[in-house]
Amino acid sequence: MTARLFMLQRGSAAVLALAVLVHLATIIIAVRGGLTAGEILGRTSGNLGWFAFYTVFVFAAAIHAPIGLRTILREWTGWRGRFCDAVMVVFAVSLLVLGLRATWAVYAA
Amino acid sequence: MIRPSRNHAGWWAALAHRLSGLALAVFLPLHFLALGTALAGADALDRFLELTGSPLVKIAETGIVLALAVHLALGLRVLHVEFLPRPESRTRAIVAGCFGAGVAVTLLFLLNLTA
Repeated sequence: MTARLFMLQRGSAAVLALAVLVHLATIIIAVRGGLTAGEILGRTSGNLGWFAFYTVFVFAAAIHAPIGLRTILREWTGWRGRFCDAVMVVFAVSLLVLGLRATWAVYAA
Repeated sequence: MIRPSRNHAGWWAALAHRLSGLALAVFLPLHFLALGTALAGADALDRFLELTGSPLVKIAETGIVLALAVHLALGLRVLHVEFLPRPESRTRAIVAGCFGAGVAVTLLFLLNLTA
């Protein structure tokens, strides 16, 4: 892993550590009595705080997951090179787009 | 026979960290797609959430919460090992604590899931 990818991976990990703590607490509370759209959207809809939180969360995850996946692919399957890196960039962009779309969906609902 | 290199808490921690990360990387796009159904309104999201009533989905949900909690705990250990000046002492106890914390969070989730 290059120094830049390493720092991106660990930097995003530090952000994710906080975000995942909040997320796990939210999940544990939210799942009581079953999940409903009304309950989820009641918390997120029009709430700028949650919107900002999930936007940061999505950016950090979209950076963190492809770099980790790239390391696993390189070490366990031997797949490396420009094509592998390009696929990881596509994965990162897909996560970012899908994540921001989901963030918008629960904010704008 | 187990290889000596694998008979080490740090090795198991790295393996669990990777496998849980892999599970999360597969789950994440599906999670985003599911939440994206809210674009079509609360009813669309509710129709999707009906799936979560199935026991099989509940088991999968529990698995992904375990993966998230274990990945977080082991990831904090990685940050500690790499960035704090003092070398890690008592690796076995710390790794066991990470697994324990992950399981504890998952049990808390299960308690609320069935509440």
